[in-house]
Amino acid sequence: MSMSETTMPGRTYAAADGQIRPRVKLQRRKRSLKHSKWPVLLLFLPPALMLFTVLVILPMGEAAWYSFYNWNGYGLPEQWVGWRNYQLIFRNSAFSQALINNGMIVVASILIQIPLALWLATMISSRIHGALFFRLIFFLPYVLADVAAGMIWRFVYDGDFGLVGGIAHLFGAEPPYWLADRDTAMYAILGVVIWKYFGFHMMLFIAGLQSIDKSVLEAADIDGATGFQKFRLVTLPLLGSTVRLSVFFAVVGSLQLFDMIMPLTGGGPSNSTQTMVTFLYNFGVTRMQVGFGSAVGVVLFVICVTLAFSYKRIFMRHD
Amino acid sequence: MTDIASSPPIDAATAPGSGQRLRATTQIYMYVALILVAIIVVVPLISTALGGFKTLSDLRGNPFGMPTEWQWSNYGDIIVSQRYWLQMGNSLVIAVLTVFLTLAFGAMAAFCFAHIRFFGSDYLLNYFLIGLMFPAATAILPLYIRIRDLGLVDTYWGVVLPQVAFGTGMSIMLFRNYFRNLPSELFDAAFVDGCGYMRFFWHITLPLSRPIIATVGIISFVGSWNSYILPLIMLNSESRYPWPLGIMIYRGEFNTEWQLVLAFITLTILPTIIVFFLAQKHIIAGLTAGAVKS
Repeated sequence: MSMSETTMPGRTYAAADGQIRPRVKLQRRKRSLKHSKWPVLLLFLPPALMLFTVLVILPMGEAAWYSFYNWNGYGLPEQWVGWRNYQLIFRNSAFSQALINNGMIVVASILIQIPLALWLATMISSRIHGALFFRLIFFLPYVLADVAAGMIWRFVYDGDFGLVGGIAHLFGAEPPYWLADRDTAMYAILGVVIWKYFGFHMMLFIAGLQSIDKSVLEAADIDGATGFQKFRLVTLPLLGSTVRLSVFFAVVGSLQLFDMIMPLTGGGPSNSTQTMVTFLYNFGVTRMQVGFGSAVGVVLFVICVTLAFSYKRIFMRHD
Repeated sequence: MTDIASSPPIDAATAPGSGQRLRATTQIYMYVALILVAIIVVVPLISTALGGFKTLSDLRGNPFGMPTEWQWSNYGDIIVSQRYWLQMGNSLVIAVLTVFLTLAFGAMAAFCFAHIRFFGSDYLLNYFLIGLMFPAATAILPLYIRIRDLGLVDTYWGVVLPQVAFGTGMSIMLFRNYFRNLPSELFDAAFVDGCGYMRFFWHITLPLSRPIIATVGIISFVGSWNSYILPLIMLNSESRYPWPLGIMIYRGEFNTEWQLVLAFITLTILPTIIVFFLAQKHIIAGLTAGAVKS
């Protein structure tokens, strides 16, 4: 994985070069004086470096700065308010709801999406007819835009014109309006999240299953293990790294979720389906509250970086 | 990590080599489960497409079935409309520019990190990888102000440049890992023959890097084609809207006429579906392998 490798790239370089071909290394160093490395560095690095610094790193730093001001984005930020924006965030009930909802997405992913993906992956990996076809169909929602998926499901959930309304009609029941009810809206959204992303997780597990050493399963066979025993005692433990990766993607995806919410509910009804990013958009961007919105961004940044670091350090250090 | 391409497919449920086949009943259960899931995936899509052929009252009574009377004009009016093609065109221009710059800047920077040791190179690489850790939305307000001050609000570049900037971490990571795994004999031989870094990059590295160019290209194209939040914030004129924004506007305008909205959605996702079915192997491999490795 990227993180473990990049923390100490110097060491890997030195070991590989030094042990295998010390002579070649020497020759190359002599020649490389002729082919100076500076022109290529000066030509190849600046485009990425400048763009990245100006549009990713600086805005993040500015967000930290703006977050201490009350500012509408015009002129210069002058009205210093200290930590007030942060206090307002943590006192805002819509924000705590957003945090809960982001957590719910991760929980639903762990409890429903990942088991479903793993189950489908084991079935598809067992050379059945039509495996390719099912793989294709299950992956299809993942390539669709979140906005389109959200809009399609807004139609599905519609009580008057949609499929859920139609099903209720078949049974002679009152059509439900899940997206308009604050008790059910978030669960309806979880359904769409799973519909859209289970195929991606399934592909991760298919890849993981393929990398399992055949001989281990054969050994289990010789020892007389049943299919389920083989799965529980051999396959599943060997898929540990894939499961951890899958959970990691679920966390990252949950923290970014925005596009799908907008067509479905826009964060409503009464803020029951806000996520971190829809909260930032609805309370910071649309009202042009640059200070407050930046503070939300900083909180989101801290959460993302803390989770990424601690998750990789605690759960994925051996992967 | 897991490598999709190199390992042979293995049977997970049946024991490989043991000659033991799945029992017929197990197989039937498996197919029932798979088909059920496939139905749940496909029915929303198919009813969306069919709904676009209905009248509103037909949709109300019969959201699942075939249209009682096929309203070809729902689709016809959209397909001859300027806005549809304009939005598709906008999305395409933004995506192509994004892909091109992400590939070029990413490959160039990654080449330096893969082959040249220079003062602070490890720190600089880690600096780029910070970008992998948080989404573009975190700093969206300062980003907007910066783009506004650069005079790029309501231009394609106002969307393209941030997308490229946020793609560089992924692009550098994938390219660097690939470049470093190319056989080092190539590099030695080229140097002995007096080939400089630039020529080596252009004539040897790039021609050998087609698979990774495809992977990075697919990831950034799909990301840009589907992107919503950046165009939403950076663009004001409807004439520059890419299609995900277009759907939202269309829905706002025709919010009482679901059948038109459904036809519009269907037509906007049609290119994605067609391309996906044509290039499914590359797209699935690119999106999953790319995600795993970065």
